[in-house]
Amino acid sequence: MMPANRMSAAEKKRYDWVPIMLYLVIVLFGWLNIYAACYDETHAQVFDFSRQHGKQLLWMGVAFLIAVCVLLIHPRVFSNGSYIIYGVVLILLVATLFIGTVTNGGQSWIDFGAFKFQPSEFAKFATALAVAKYISAIDIDLTLPRTRLTLALLVLVPAGLVLLQHDTGSALVFLAFLLPFFREGLSHYILLVGVLAIALFVSALLINKFLLMGILFVICLLYLFVWLSKRTARTYWRTAGFFVLCCLFTLSVDFTFEHVLETHQRNRIYVLLGKVEDPRGVGYNVDQAKIAIGSGGLIGKGFLNGTITKADFVPEQETDFIFCTVGEEWGFVGGVLLIAAYVGLLVYLVTMAERQRSVFARFYGYSVASILFFHFAINVGMVLGLVPVIGIPLPYFSYGGSSLIAFTLLLFIFIRQDADKNALI
Amino acid sequence: MSNQYTHRSGIVKIIFIVVGAVFVLRLSMLQLFDKEYKEKAKNQSLRNITQYPARGLMYDRNGQLLVYNEAVYDLMVIPRMVKDLDTGYFCRAVGISREEFDMRMEKAYTYSPYSASIFMKQISKEDFGRWENVLYKFKGFYISKRTLRIYDKPIAAHVLGYVGEVNEHDLEENPYYKRGDYIGKSGLEASYEEELRGVKGKKVMQVDVHNREIGSYMHGQLDTMPLEGMNLYTTIDADLQEYAEKVMANKRGCIVAIEPSTGEVLALLSAPCYDPNLLVGRIRGENFMKLNSDISKPLFNRALQAQYPPGSIFKVAQAMIALHLGVITPSTGFVCDKVIGCHNHPSARSVQEAIKMSCNPYFYYTYRRVIQQGKFKNIYKDSQYGLTVWHDYMNRFGFGYRLPIDLPNVKKGNIPDTAFYNKWYGREKWAFTTIYSNSIGQGEVEVVPLQMANLACIVANRGYFYTPHLVRFYGPDSTKNPEFYVKHETGIEREYFDIAAKGMYDVVHGAGGTAHKADIPGIDVCGKTGTAENYGNDHSVFIAFAPKDKPQIAVAVYVENAQGGGGTWAAPIASLIIEKYIRGEVKRKDVEKYYTEINPCQKLPLTRRVKKPKKR
Repeated sequence: MMPANRMSAAEKKRYDWVPIMLYLVIVLFGWLNIYAACYDETHAQVFDFSRQHGKQLLWMGVAFLIAVCVLLIHPRVFSNGSYIIYGVVLILLVATLFIGTVTNGGQSWIDFGAFKFQPSEFAKFATALAVAKYISAIDIDLTLPRTRLTLALLVLVPAGLVLLQHDTGSALVFLAFLLPFFREGLSHYILLVGVLAIALFVSALLINKFLLMGILFVICLLYLFVWLSKRTARTYWRTAGFFVLCCLFTLSVDFTFEHVLETHQRNRIYVLLGKVEDPRGVGYNVDQAKIAIGSGGLIGKGFLNGTITKADFVPEQETDFIFCTVGEEWGFVGGVLLIAAYVGLLVYLVTMAERQRSVFARFYGYSVASILFFHFAINVGMVLGLVPVIGIPLPYFSYGGSSLIAFTLLLFIFIRQDADKNALI
Repeated sequence: MSNQYTHRSGIVKIIFIVVGAVFVLRLSMLQLFDKEYKEKAKNQSLRNITQYPARGLMYDRNGQLLVYNEAVYDLMVIPRMVKDLDTGYFCRAVGISREEFDMRMEKAYTYSPYSASIFMKQISKEDFGRWENVLYKFKGFYISKRTLRIYDKPIAAHVLGYVGEVNEHDLEENPYYKRGDYIGKSGLEASYEEELRGVKGKKVMQVDVHNREIGSYMHGQLDTMPLEGMNLYTTIDADLQEYAEKVMANKRGCIVAIEPSTGEVLALLSAPCYDPNLLVGRIRGENFMKLNSDISKPLFNRALQAQYPPGSIFKVAQAMIALHLGVITPSTGFVCDKVIGCHNHPSARSVQEAIKMSCNPYFYYTYRRVIQQGKFKNIYKDSQYGLTVWHDYMNRFGFGYRLPIDLPNVKKGNIPDTAFYNKWYGREKWAFTTIYSNSIGQGEVEVVPLQMANLACIVANRGYFYTPHLVRFYGPDSTKNPEFYVKHETGIEREYFDIAAKGMYDVVHGAGGTAHKADIPGIDVCGKTGTAENYGNDHSVFIAFAPKDKPQIAVAVYVENAQGGGGTWAAPIASLIIEKYIRGEVKRKDVEKYYTEINPCQKLPLTRRVKKPKKR
């Protein structure tokens, strides 16, 4: 190729407008719902910075500014600086443990006086950058246990620090990295084991453990003697091993449930499984959320007309339970459109990631999609009563400056990488 | 750059899409198919708040206020919202003990930790005023205003009645009422309940999770304003009523005073009277029990409910019917031959004299002529015919049926008819000699004091009456009840009533009259005494009207178990009432003092200890 062509390709930044537009739509729609959620007639002013909708407007301004900056910065700044960013965030996470302020039982905020800042929100994109950087090294050999261990530690260290802040929800989000790893070659058994573990956990809570083990035994026998046509000593041992592990796991469920999980977490799981009916107590949030959404009907009650959300029936409604406002005021139509916007963005991000030429950008793109997906799935699932209550925000939608800015950074770094994909060969 | 795992992008996309689809499915279940949540949402975020209208007031005939409302305060609590409460300070301020606090709090908690319940009922304005300015310190507590009935003068309890919380029966009967509402239980409060109560209004409020109101729903489009209760303009003369109650203090009995030309009840009381303020508010229950168990039955409205034998006053009606039927003439005389017991007096040579002297044999013979008119050979058939005619005329005097006065629970008394005696003795097994006691107002005849006062009205009017009533008009349009303007004629000639009036005048003024104690110098009082035989001492009865021409007041006085007959006790008391009404004051201070202070009533055997009612 001629040098001139290379130059033109490198300079020609082609920003993909699809994710940017989807991002803008979600952010703006989110703000409308925050405004509705904390709306009252005495504070109807849009630019009232003492109210949450006013503050969110401020955060949106900051986020847009950061987004533009990111788009103007050379993408190598992020790939080259990824370890530095990762290191800074780790320091902040450790610092939070000592100087953080306690909110809602979690010690995850650093107070700067004028504003508070949540380092755990930034840990996700920093980790994504660092892992992407590590995995994209030319001499990487993913088959080496050392490499795998390093990758795991890169993810688990920030996750552990977040867990130490008693922010279980945010820590769980680090499971999202399973998906990009899966794309890079992680055995699909890992995913299957995860699904199996969840299924066993739930079953063990719902039915008698010995009955469950009996069922497992029957399934194993069926596998051996009906499904398999050829049986070797190896298959016997494997199946037996699988059965024993499953039984051990099942027996450990009670212990985990009673001693590892905290009371509120136990209750949330019980509520989800329908073992506790207490709409006034531990099941309150979920019940109110369902009532708010259910009352919306097909087309909703209309903007600012939600009676349940406006009346503070749903706690945390402008942050973690913001989807209630959508359901109540915009109805089924609004809810489906929002879900479609998210799924559209996620699928598009995967497509974008696949067209990257560098492992760094691809892995990072998958990380972005997966982190957003985890947040979306857990948050909306929780509000709809499909997942136990785990307090994490809906990206771009929930009220909160740290979260909005962190997710904006996360996305726009990838959009910037994508714009330069042709230049980076 | 592609590698061996490119196909996995498809799996990741499918995971995303499946989760999205699951959410859409779940959303459709919640929002489109399950109606349960819509109902729940409606119930919990909207609250209907009842707007209670002020209950109508009651005035006396001169515009004096009898009943009005006073604000009281219920202290409400939402247990879950009680925060940082300095319990000791709270108890001292509100004036309860720590134990009481715990008890009430637990009760509220049991009802619901999230919604409001009454912590303390009906706190007076004064009590509330003492800690109103520190209420804000007690988070979770708030004040709800209600009204109570207040009676300026402690009078007319039986007429005005009282108000109480609705019971199960009321709730079933009328869907207007909700638990905790108030309803008129007796007296005018009960009979004019619909006019007095007004119409409740409704306010639909949006409430938040703590049941706090956060604004009106749909800008108040569904709200309705309460309609104020109508005021009653009663016929009662408060001064006369107060005076009558004062005179009847220490006695048992009753007084009914009516304006004959209109039927308007000027005063109506049943002694012993009680202060209507006793049956208001927090003290109501306790006082009600005490009054209810009192052996002198203060809650029993004798004027409407006590069915006494009328005694000699009945003779006036007997004479009128006999004259009208032509079985006697005004100058018919009968020898006082003591065919039934009588006092010593010269024989009556005319109806006028017979009334004056209240001659028992005279009315025995008169009644015999009414009952056995000789229309049939068979005396049984003859008596049956005579009784039927007599019964019909007695009805025209307002006897034997419920006078449709605008008060509840009026008794009808008893005027026996042929069916009554046929049932009692058997068909054609009774004749005059069986039933002669009726002639002098004894035997099977029973009337209520209201009917006696009405008899005085009929004579005062010389032959007709208007249904006695207590409300002249009500409401902003001065609505009147047309039934109270219907003239009820007895159908008996006016000249005969003139004779009755003259006889009754002689009772008070003539030589040999039985009620000289009812004489008021300067006022022509006409009256008739009665002594109703009874277990224990006889009841002393007197009916009267005055002045003789153009009467302004007719009155019936009953004094229970008072030794000495109608002339001794009931007559002078009636004269005090008449003088008070016509003159506005009583000049005979000595008479007033004597009869006010004395208690002629035979002491009742005290089978139960009666506690003094608690004063508010």
